[in-house]
Amino acid sequence: MDRREFMKSIGITGAAALLSNPDELEAKTTWAEHFQKAFRLMTDDEKDQAIKRLEERYSEEHGREVKVGKEPAMDGVLFGQALNIQKCIGCRRCVHSCVKENNQSRHDPQGNATEIEWIRVVKMEKGNFSAEDRDHGHPFKKGEEYGISEGGHAHNNVGVVLEGEHYYEPKKVPEKDSFYFPIQCHQCENPPCVKVCPVKATYREADGVVVIDYNWCIGCRMCMGACPYWARRFNWGEPNIPKDDLNTDTHYLGNRPRMKGVVEKCHFCLQRTRKGRYPACVEACPVGARKFGNLLDPESEVRKVLERKRVFRLKADLNTFPKFFYYMD
Amino acid sequence: MKKIMFARDFLMYSVKGGVKFYVWLLFLGFFIMLWGFGNFQQLTKGMIVTGLNDQTTWGLYVANFVFLVGVAASAVTVVFPSYIYNYKPLKDVAVIGELVAIAAIIMSTLFITNHIGRPDRAWHFSPGIGIFNWPDAILTWDMIVLNVYLVLNFICAFYFLYKKYSRGKINKWFYMPLIYISIFWAVSIHTVTAFMLNTMATRPMWFHSIVPIKFIASAFAAGPAFIILAFIIIRKNTKLIISDAAINKMSEIMTYALGITLFLSFSEIVTELYPGTEHSYSLKYLMFGMHGLTQLVPWFWASVIINVTAFIVLLIPAARKNYALLFYLSALIFAGIWIEKGIGFILSGMVPTPIGEFVEYTPSIIEIFNCLGNWAIGLFIFTLLVKGAAGVLTGEIKHDALNVSNQP
Repeated sequence: MDRREFMKSIGITGAAALLSNPDELEAKTTWAEHFQKAFRLMTDDEKDQAIKRLEERYSEEHGREVKVGKEPAMDGVLFGQALNIQKCIGCRRCVHSCVKENNQSRHDPQGNATEIEWIRVVKMEKGNFSAEDRDHGHPFKKGEEYGISEGGHAHNNVGVVLEGEHYYEPKKVPEKDSFYFPIQCHQCENPPCVKVCPVKATYREADGVVVIDYNWCIGCRMCMGACPYWARRFNWGEPNIPKDDLNTDTHYLGNRPRMKGVVEKCHFCLQRTRKGRYPACVEACPVGARKFGNLLDPESEVRKVLERKRVFRLKADLNTFPKFFYYMD
Repeated sequence: MKKIMFARDFLMYSVKGGVKFYVWLLFLGFFIMLWGFGNFQQLTKGMIVTGLNDQTTWGLYVANFVFLVGVAASAVTVVFPSYIYNYKPLKDVAVIGELVAIAAIIMSTLFITNHIGRPDRAWHFSPGIGIFNWPDAILTWDMIVLNVYLVLNFICAFYFLYKKYSRGKINKWFYMPLIYISIFWAVSIHTVTAFMLNTMATRPMWFHSIVPIKFIASAFAAGPAFIILAFIIIRKNTKLIISDAAINKMSEIMTYALGITLFLSFSEIVTELYPGTEHSYSLKYLMFGMHGLTQLVPWFWASVIINVTAFIVLLIPAARKNYALLFYLSALIFAGIWIEKGIGFILSGMVPTPIGEFVEYTPSIIEIFNCLGNWAIGLFIFTLLVKGAAGVLTGEIKHDALNVSNQP
């Protein structure tokens, strides 16, 4: 059976469903959306139809007019971001602006949806050493009279050790003994998540952004298993977006409202950056810790950072080659 | 025509039985009802009804899936001695091994369907109308090997049964190549399933070259354990004769495989714990608990105690010949490996997360309903298949050219 025939047979089933459904328009939309192709394989016509369907559905569901864009990657552009961990104060304004900009699911008191945040700011301890533990060996080791084999300060974290403390709630930031380390999708050049996707619902675009076709994702979560940066989130329930908080300016591969059962993550705010704007997190940062731009342009902020600062990539040993860099002055 | 009569006779025979038989099916039916409820909840509300979260994205569904792929692969422990060594006592009942494989693959498919967030989009990976990311995604390899294995076992089992039924001669040139392929294929299904996990460089618990061989070793302990249970139950409740020699051979295989599994587990523990790097955290969490989270610790030690004790007892030949004891030992080993592989290996691999967060996962009641239901469906199918097969093998249903309406 080829595609055309298959669609025809689906059409018949769809028609049967229509007959039993009083709201014909809605049923039609749903069936067509249900059996659409992967976005990348659509012709321009099919893309326009798919977008029209989505705009109609979103506008109806959310009671506001939603626009879904399909801007392609711009020529001569490769996006990258660099984050100054020396400057970050852990205020999480990037997190909140990201949630709003990208229509992430909010906390639902009824428990039908989970709270989703693409950026997580991890708190790092500066660590301390005490005189008490100076001469202590490992408590379970015998024969320390011949010399200490494991010191009393082993397993005390200092600096960049990923301990996943991203729930800190102090009255004031920054806290005295901590520094902060925001983590989000690293837009890897060699993304492990893309490799493992059985249906190629997630892939790297020409401007270097790893995107997800939310209508193509089957929700197997292989990508979530493979991602070294814990950057991907799953819609465990139907996402909960308050009507007033909805960002109606969206992109098909970006911040359009998702559905239950699919994976999502940071996409460098495609809906903004492909029109020459900054991502929301960069705009929101009060201390200017985030620099964003075109890695192919020697004059861009991000290239200047790579040139002049001490830059590192997180988990470089995994050969993922992120286009999200950390740096210090 | 003959084939239709075979299908009819097989089906009719497989659903007829005594009180015990129906009580067993009703018992399974109860769990299938729970399964219906659980699946309805999950499909309508989303996977939020499970205990899974963004930190622990894979849970009981994957754990059972991986375990059952192993059980399916272990059909080879019956088929291999039967056809490569021409071991007569097993060869007579080799078809039961193939039926185990069929039921186990069906169950693992059910578990994967429960695991994915959008089962309605399953057509996305059918080649032709969807995108099949082969050879890049190992999940696509897994789909290929599992589906082919199901078909191979289906053909092998039912071709054999049909020939018995119609008293035809088995065409060796057709049948034997399929058997040889299925032996190779059995190893491939569990290897590929292991590769799906152990190629994730960001999960140190899984990122081990020991995983495929340990999967196969532990599967060849759990699988024969299940087959021994089935053999003992079948020969008690049907007229099918399963010789002592067949059971003895299976218990021998189970003992060796269990010994190798224990050795591999031991190697893994020493390799991880001696240097004690961050990469050992999952194992430490599993064995001793970390940061006050100890949910998996009792499971781990239970599986150690079960598997070690069972292994030591099985080393005594007299214990292996005592079938009442062997029955319980097999049940224990089946449970022990299920804990070791499912609970131990899969669940602990998710803790800590790649950014070092420790989150404990507790399955929800819906998840447990669905798991029990998937097992019940598999056992239901297995029961009927074995019942029908026993009818054919004992000659109670056979094709009679003169008397077409021969019913038992």
